[in-house]
Amino acid sequence: MCMYHSATFDEPLLVDLACSSEKVFKKMEKLPPSLQRKQPLKLPDLDETQLVRHFLHLSQMNFGIDSGMYPLGSCTMKYNPKLSETISGWEQFQCVHPYQEGSTIQGSLEVMYEVERWLATLTGMEQFTLQPAAGAQGEFTGLLLAKAYHEAHGDFQRKEVILPDTAHGTNPASATMAGFKLVEISSTAEGTVNIDELEKAVSENTAVFMLTNPNTLGIFESDIQQIARVVHKAGGLLYYDGANMNAIMGKTRPGDMGFDMVHVNLHKTFSTPHGGGGPGSGPVGVKQRLESFLPVPRVEEHNGEYFLSYDYEQSIGKIKSFYGNFPVILKAYVYMLLMGGDGLTRASEVAVLNANYLKHRLTQNKAYELPFRTLRKHEFVVSSQPLKAQKDIKALDIAKRLLDYGVHPPTVYFPLIVKEALMIEPTETESKASLDTYVQILHKIAEEDPDIVKAAPTTTPVHRVDEAKAAKEPILTWDMRK
Amino acid sequence: MNGCLPTGESMKFIPNECLIDEMLKEIGVSTIDELFTDIPSNLKVKQIPLPKGKTQQEVEQILRRLAQKNTSFHQMPIFLGGGVQFHYIPALVSSILGRSEFFSSYTPYQAEASQGFLQAMFEYQSMIANITGMEIANASLYDGVTALGEAALMSYRITKRSTFYIPQNISWEKRSILQNYVRGQGIFIKEVPYEKKTGLVDLHFLEKHINEDTAGVYIENPNYFGIFEQEINQIQKVVSDHGSLFVVGTHPLSLGIVRSPGEYGADIVIGEGQSLGNPVDFGGSTLGIFATKQKYLRHLPGRIIGMTTDNQGKPAFCMTMQTREQHIRRGRATSNICTNEGLNALAATVYLSWLGSNGLYQVGKRNLERAYEVKERIIALSPFTSVFQGDHFNEFVVHYSGEKKHLQQILQKHGVQGGLPLEPWFPELKKCYLFCVTELHTDKDIEVLLKALKEA
Repeated sequence: MCMYHSATFDEPLLVDLACSSEKVFKKMEKLPPSLQRKQPLKLPDLDETQLVRHFLHLSQMNFGIDSGMYPLGSCTMKYNPKLSETISGWEQFQCVHPYQEGSTIQGSLEVMYEVERWLATLTGMEQFTLQPAAGAQGEFTGLLLAKAYHEAHGDFQRKEVILPDTAHGTNPASATMAGFKLVEISSTAEGTVNIDELEKAVSENTAVFMLTNPNTLGIFESDIQQIARVVHKAGGLLYYDGANMNAIMGKTRPGDMGFDMVHVNLHKTFSTPHGGGGPGSGPVGVKQRLESFLPVPRVEEHNGEYFLSYDYEQSIGKIKSFYGNFPVILKAYVYMLLMGGDGLTRASEVAVLNANYLKHRLTQNKAYELPFRTLRKHEFVVSSQPLKAQKDIKALDIAKRLLDYGVHPPTVYFPLIVKEALMIEPTETESKASLDTYVQILHKIAEEDPDIVKAAPTTTPVHRVDEAKAAKEPILTWDMRK
Repeated sequence: MNGCLPTGESMKFIPNECLIDEMLKEIGVSTIDELFTDIPSNLKVKQIPLPKGKTQQEVEQILRRLAQKNTSFHQMPIFLGGGVQFHYIPALVSSILGRSEFFSSYTPYQAEASQGFLQAMFEYQSMIANITGMEIANASLYDGVTALGEAALMSYRITKRSTFYIPQNISWEKRSILQNYVRGQGIFIKEVPYEKKTGLVDLHFLEKHINEDTAGVYIENPNYFGIFEQEINQIQKVVSDHGSLFVVGTHPLSLGIVRSPGEYGADIVIGEGQSLGNPVDFGGSTLGIFATKQKYLRHLPGRIIGMTTDNQGKPAFCMTMQTREQHIRRGRATSNICTNEGLNALAATVYLSWLGSNGLYQVGKRNLERAYEVKERIIALSPFTSVFQGDHFNEFVVHYSGEKKHLQQILQKHGVQGGLPLEPWFPELKKCYLFCVTELHTDKDIEVLLKALKEA
C-alpha cells in the first residue's frame, strides 16, 4: 500500500519572510490622540503569493484523516464527507446573523431543530441543546443542569461527582469547574465499573455518576442497568459521556440504559472535521425531568414555523455565545441525511467489526497484550509492556515509529490503568486493506532493532521533538526568541 | 451477507461492506450480532425510527431548499452586531482553510506529524500578542464570552480573592455565561454602573467599591455600546492599586488604530476573534482570544504552542505546558477545555498576515469612519438622536423618538435588519438601538437603511 509521506520544508516564520514589519501610523482625525495606538504594529507585510506558499508548505507538513489512517482512541477520526464542507460554505448559511428576524433564518433553525430530533432518537433522550461548543463544554453544561435539578429539589448537599478511574480527563476537570467534589472509584479486574465500590461511594451527597459506555477500554458495561439502579436509588443522576457513541448507534441507547443526561460529540460520531483542534460541538440531551433547566434559547416549531424560545424560568441561562457552533451542526446534519438511520447503524456495526478485527490480528503478535476481556466495541486498548520489558521500547517510541511508516499513531498512555497503553479506534471508514497494513507495520516495529525504533521518527519534517525543553524554556511567540 | 445493504450513499463511507463475512471469519464469529452480545437483550434497539440514507444529490437538494429559507447579508443589508459582525474575508482565507491537511487533522498531540498546524498556531499566538500588546497568548478558546469566564476563574486562581467586577453594560448573554462559569467556585460577580450621559464606566463607583477582596475588574473597550473608555489609565491605576487583575475585552479590528490593552496595563486581554477572517455563521463558530503576561503562564487555560528543537537541534514546534491541562492534571487542571477553535484561529492567522500592519490599520480606520458617517446621517433625521457622547468604533446607539412602536419591524418591511433593540436588556434605554456598520456595507446598503429610517 502506498503510504503518506510528509513534505519537508524549512519554512520560516511569517515574521522572517517579511522584510520590514514595524509600523506606527499617522493619527486619525476622528479620535482623540490619547486613545490612539502608540506601540508599533509588527504584523508581517507580505504579498499573496508569498502567503499562499507559506501556508501551503505548512499544510504539507500536517497529517490529517485525508492523509492516512488516524486511529486515535476516543477521538473517532472518521472520514469527513466533502459534501458537508461544500454546503457549510454556502452564503445563505454563512452570511446570516444570529439576531436576524425569525422569518429570515428559518432554514438554519430547521437544521437545528432536525439535528436535535435525530440526536434525541439516537440517544433515547427527550430534549437537546446544541449550544455547547465541545464535548468538555457539554459535560460542564450537564453538570450545571444536575446542580440546578438537585437544588430545585432542595438537595443542596449533593456536591459529589463519582467517576470511574478510566474516565476521560475532561470529566474530572468539568466536575471541578462546576464546583463538585470528585470521588473516583477503581475498576474491576474486568476493566468495568466496580459495583461494590459504586455502592459504597453513593450517598445522599451524590449528585452525578459520569460514565462512558462503552468505556475507554472499549468494553461495554453490561451491568449498566444495575449501575443505574444504584445511582438512582441514592438519588443521583447518571451522565453519559458520548465520546464513544460511535460504537452503539442504532444498537442501543443511553436513554434506555438509564442515563439521565448525555452529550454527543458531533466532531467525532457525526463526522465533522476536527479542524486541528476545533471547532467542535457537544450537544447535550436530557430526560424530561431535566428539560426545564436546559440553556436558552430553545429551538421550537409551531405549524411549520421555527422560532427561538427564551420562555424557560428554570433555565440555567447560557453557556456559549448565541446558539452553538452552527457550521458544525450543519455538517453533522448533512452526514445524518447521507447515512440515514440504517447507515448510522451500519457505521457502528462496522466500526465495532473493524476494531475487533484489528485487535484480533494485532494481538497475534505477543508484543501486544490485551488486558481484560476479549470482546470490544469500537476501540480497544493493548499494552506494549512486553516490548518495554524485553527491548526497552516504550509506547511513545512505537507511536513515533508509526509516523515513519506514514500512519498516525493511536492514543498512548491512556487510560491510566493500563501500562504502556495503545488505545486504538480505527472507525468504520477504514478499509480492510488499511487495517491489514496497520497491523503489519505494528508487527514489524515489534521485530525491529530497538535503536531504530527509539530514534524515530526520522522521515518527518522534524525528528523527535524535545517537549521537555519546550516546557522548561518557554518560547511562545516570535518575539520571545533569543 | 450479514443483513441487507444500507441505503443511500452511506456505502461510500463504509468501505468494508463486501468484506464483512471474511473479517468475521477471521475473528472467529459468524455474524455481526455476535459482536454485540455484551449488550443486554432488553436494551437492544430493534429498528431505529429514522429516515433511510439518501444520495449526495438528494441531500444537496434538501439543503438547497433549506438555504433558500434563509436571507443572507448579500440579499438584504444587515446592521446587526452585538457580538459577531460582518466583515470582508479575503479569498485567501477560505483557500487555505480548505486544505484538508489542516481541517481534517486532530489536536496536534503528535508534534512531528503536525508541524504545519503547530507553526501556524505559534504565528497566531505571536500576532495576537502583538496586536493586544501582551507577552503571550493561548491557541484559542471557544469564544470571547467563555474567554471572560476563564479570565474570571484565572483571576481567582491568581489572587485567591472572590469578587469579580464587570460593567453593567454588557450583553445579558455574557453575564449569564460568566455566572455559569464562576458559580461553582463561589466567585461573586458585581457590577459597575455606566454613566448615563457618556456610556462609560462609572469610575467613582469603582474607586469606592473595589477592595482587598476584588480578584479582577473587567472592562470592555470598546464597550457593548461601541464606545471607547476615556479614563482607561485611571481605571487601570485603581485596579492595580488594589492588587486586582485588570481584564480587558477588546475588539481585534480596532487594534490597528487604538491603543492596545498592553499599552494601558492590562493583565489579561480577551476578545471575540470572529471578525478576523471568520464568517458570521449564525453566531458560531467563534474564536476566543486570550492573551496575558508571561508571569501568569502557568495559570493560563487552553492549549499553548511552544517553539523548541528536535533531537537534531532543528527548530520545531509542539504543544507545551500541558501539565496545566485536563488530560494530565484531570480534576486540578486550569480549565476543562480540550477541543478549542483551532481552525478559526488558523483563519485569523491567515487574515492577519494578509492584512499586515497597514491593512489592520486601514480596516480599523475604515470601520470607524464608516460608522461615524452613517451615525451622523441617521441623527440628521429628525426622530433620531445619538444616545452617548463618547468616541465609538463600529457600533453605536441611537434613540428613536418617533411614534412607531417597533422600529425594527419598519426596517424589516424595507428589507433591512437592525439595529438591535437594547430595551429588553436595558430597561432604561427605551427605544434605543445598537447599529453596527463595517467596511462590508456598501453605499447602496446605507442608502437603503437611510431610506427606511426616513419613513420611520
